[in-house]
Amino acid sequence: MGSYIPNTRAQREEMLSAVGVSRVEDLFAAVPHEMLLEHLDLPAGLSELEVRRALEAMAAKNKVYGTVLRGAGAYRHFIPSVVKSVISREELVTAYTPYQAEVSQGILQAIFEYQTMICALTGMEVSNASVYDGSTAAAEAIAMCRDRKKNKALVSACADPQTIAVMRTYCFGSGMELEVVPAKDGRTDLEALKAALTADAACVYLQQPNFFGNIEDAKAIGEAVHAAGAKYIMGCNPIALAVMETPAECGADIAVGEAQPLGLDLAFGGPYLGYMAANKAMFRKLPGRIVGQTHDVDGNVGYVLTLTAREQHIRREKASSNICSNQALCAFAAGVYLSAMGAEGLRQAAKLSMSKAHYLAAELAKIGLPRLHEGPFFHEFATKCDKPGAVLKALDEQGILGGLAVDGGILWCATEVVSKEEIDRAVAIIKEVC
Amino acid sequence: MKLIFEKGAPGQHLSLLPACDVPEVEIVSPRAEAPELPHLSETELTRHYTALAKRVHGVNDGFYPLGSCTMKYNPKINEDMANLPGFTNIHPLQPEETVQGCLEVLHTSAKLLGEITGMDAMTFQPAAGAHGEFTGLLLIKAYHKNRGDEKRTKIIIPDSAHGTNPASAVMAGFTVVNVPSGPDGCVDVEALRSAVGPDTAGLMLTNPNTVGIFDRNILEITKIIHDAGGLCYYDGANLNAVMGVVRPGDMGFDVIHLNLHKTFSTPHGGGGPGAGAVGCKALLAPFLPGPVVEETENGCHLAVPEHSIGRVKNFCGNFGVVVRALTYVLTLGQEGIPEAAKNAVLNANYMMKRLSEKYTMAYAGPCMHEFVMDLQDLKAATGCSAMDIAKGLLDHGIHPPTMYFPLIVHEALMIEPTETESRETMDEACDVFLALWDLAHENPQALHDAPTRTPVRRLDEVGAARNPVLKYTPND
Amino acid sequence: MTFPAELKYSKDHEWVKMLDGATALVGITDFAQSELGDLVFINLPQEGDEVTADEAFCDVESVKAVSDVVSPVTGVVEEANTELEDEPQKLNEDPYGAWIAKIKDISAFGELLSAEEYEAFIEKK
Repeated sequence: MGSYIPNTRAQREEMLSAVGVSRVEDLFAAVPHEMLLEHLDLPAGLSELEVRRALEAMAAKNKVYGTVLRGAGAYRHFIPSVVKSVISREELVTAYTPYQAEVSQGILQAIFEYQTMICALTGMEVSNASVYDGSTAAAEAIAMCRDRKKNKALVSACADPQTIAVMRTYCFGSGMELEVVPAKDGRTDLEALKAALTADAACVYLQQPNFFGNIEDAKAIGEAVHAAGAKYIMGCNPIALAVMETPAECGADIAVGEAQPLGLDLAFGGPYLGYMAANKAMFRKLPGRIVGQTHDVDGNVGYVLTLTAREQHIRREKASSNICSNQALCAFAAGVYLSAMGAEGLRQAAKLSMSKAHYLAAELAKIGLPRLHEGPFFHEFATKCDKPGAVLKALDEQGILGGLAVDGGILWCATEVVSKEEIDRAVAIIKEVC
Repeated sequence: MKLIFEKGAPGQHLSLLPACDVPEVEIVSPRAEAPELPHLSETELTRHYTALAKRVHGVNDGFYPLGSCTMKYNPKINEDMANLPGFTNIHPLQPEETVQGCLEVLHTSAKLLGEITGMDAMTFQPAAGAHGEFTGLLLIKAYHKNRGDEKRTKIIIPDSAHGTNPASAVMAGFTVVNVPSGPDGCVDVEALRSAVGPDTAGLMLTNPNTVGIFDRNILEITKIIHDAGGLCYYDGANLNAVMGVVRPGDMGFDVIHLNLHKTFSTPHGGGGPGAGAVGCKALLAPFLPGPVVEETENGCHLAVPEHSIGRVKNFCGNFGVVVRALTYVLTLGQEGIPEAAKNAVLNANYMMKRLSEKYTMAYAGPCMHEFVMDLQDLKAATGCSAMDIAKGLLDHGIHPPTMYFPLIVHEALMIEPTETESRETMDEACDVFLALWDLAHENPQALHDAPTRTPVRRLDEVGAARNPVLKYTPND
Repeated sequence: MTFPAELKYSKDHEWVKMLDGATALVGITDFAQSELGDLVFINLPQEGDEVTADEAFCDVESVKAVSDVVSPVTGVVEEANTELEDEPQKLNEDPYGAWIAKIKDISAFGELLSAEEYEAFIEKK
């Protein structure tokens, strides 16, 4: 069996006698005897070599695609080598939450830098230190907007269905009402939104680009939201923010999103990273940890967890969120990624992704898979397709993960890691089927 | 140390991406200005982060007896397994037949952890302990609602509980009823009996509790709740003391969360990612968040339970964390799991015994995997607080215990050595603790001034909160 | 520690300064601020909030704790002292100058003590 216990049998005996008991079981005297487990039905422990074989065998049952043309909330982007190199440092991997600031400056400063970068990307004034993922960030943002008179949250039907599902669950908890605003031609129906913006509407959540990859008229929507006295939450793809209008420019009160594209592996869905930023009027309602700059007794600049009296460990049942652990190491990775890419590298990743997606869309249109919706899109788009099953199967057989089957067709994605050659190959395969 | 924004120069960059091989497209609604991100060469960039890493105390830098956080050694094999390309390169929306390995990880983990906890079903969607609490409480809420029992709106929580418990209860739409602890730190059974009623939805309890004591009345406690029509929620923060020895399911609990990043050796990452697996008895399984993994003759499938509360997170949760925990459970196995718990308890009792020489214990031993010292006497005698002792430890390369928790002990230091520390390490740490006790009497100012050997010294938290500086703004 | 004679005090450590028969300023006492330590934020009530004697109507935060401020009167918030949002330290430095809210339409009072009685009350604690 494997074990990480350093003390030898002899040392344990000495310790037991120092404690004043003869057997370790005596220390469990408070446990009612009838409750003690007689038989733990687990397999015998394994050596490192054996456990490695067992896990490698599981990993081998998964299929790794050479080409990925699927996004829908999780994106394969290029990850610079420095990202994994940095976040593999065992100090960063193994440390706890930086409660002891004097010996946690590395993590605190990195989070402060991350907060600064999220503010730079979104244009917002204050960022927190991260939450679990993009969907929980959206659900937490809704809760920030609730007040005594406004108990209804609106979400566009063009948001990621998983995000809407998570919001629904959080609202089941809190008792907030959630109303889905219908889509029209692949975008949020502005007139329907205006009608839904009644006096009890606390906020509206808009995803940009939306689930179908389409770019929404976020400014016009923001104006309608504010005209009705509600708060405006935008959920933005962080790579797109390198080039697109920022949530701040669109009038958002809160900006959130899934930051997995910023240097995190696909990893079957997690760990990912939810970013959250707010304007000055709302920043004290941000859930979770926030790092602030200060000085030590000698006047040296240093960093601490701050504004902690908002949080559950102090406010208990009066806290607006229960979040405690976040995704610190993922935020660290995103910070390294953004530093490595720089503004120019990130812009390049965004423009490459967008250009490849547009090339793919044009090629698909040529072979009879036209877009489902008109208008501008970023790096995802939906096409019509009569036999999505056959198309995706043909691609799969050639090691290509095609788009995601959606109502009426297929939702495709291309990023900077996909070459023209790969796109041409995929289109040729599809042409054979269609 | 300079911020990354203050290093390098415009124009410095890494060479990462190729030229565009398709026609270039322009965005229709561009942002006004490029985001202000760092600009460094790869040399400067990696040096910056190496310097940051050196300013962090991790488990490999020395003893880390942070009570309630279970800072055990994080095995390196766990990291290797989570980083297998067969896991890291899997898109979460791949066809089911192409992710059988991932589903096997989840299914096997649910089976093994279900056996360890005495639970029938499990989800890995929650990303952290608090997220697990929220999920578990929603299961309780949905269960009562499904039975048409809408009046059960209250969750009972002992005053010794972690702050996440009441915060989670409120997020789940419950009101909180606090019950006091007895002088032994355990639930006051009579107070509990008078707190339950037809409005009781459930009880949240940590056992061993937050002062490191196993509540010997646990069967009576869970029976009181069940007799009143409520359900029992087990906060798994302290499972490391009892895994393989006694199971929450056998104590009468209906739903639990596990902190895989505590008990099951996955690293804390400076505050996350963790994983808050939620297990439950069969009566709550139909309400679990979907999808969950089901095994059939032709492989594993994802399915949504009949009365699912819905999603609490995207996809299947922090999958990479689950891989690490599974690696750990397979490594330890049938003998290793209880062995870890027993040695965690032995180590804690050993330190408790040695420190009792000078320090006052908040509760008499034996303890389970952790114990709480009460420094009120020391503070009265010397002016040195729990905080001062904690800061003194920093100068000796020891991460301080948890301070000022639980709230029911005023000058609390909570020590949890874990099973992966050697007697030698604990002896050295005890020597330091005892020397600091002497120093508090001989030269209290030295402790008020500590630490002096850390990268920065005590920081002005009041100033940070009064005038929040939460991002870098360049000086013009 | 000072307790101005012209103010009334509650056992929850708030002071009341009557402006006329139905309007008053309220704040926290010197004793309260010293017990609470360095205050870093106040969650002010909003204009128009109805407050009830002996019930919490706002809270103050230190670095490690949050404490309710209990209203000494029943009435309606006419104005909150928003200066305190940027300078919470005034609650520590000048507790009787740093009024928290102006309450109008006062219809009831909680138990209020004179300066002398309040001083005796906190002596006993």
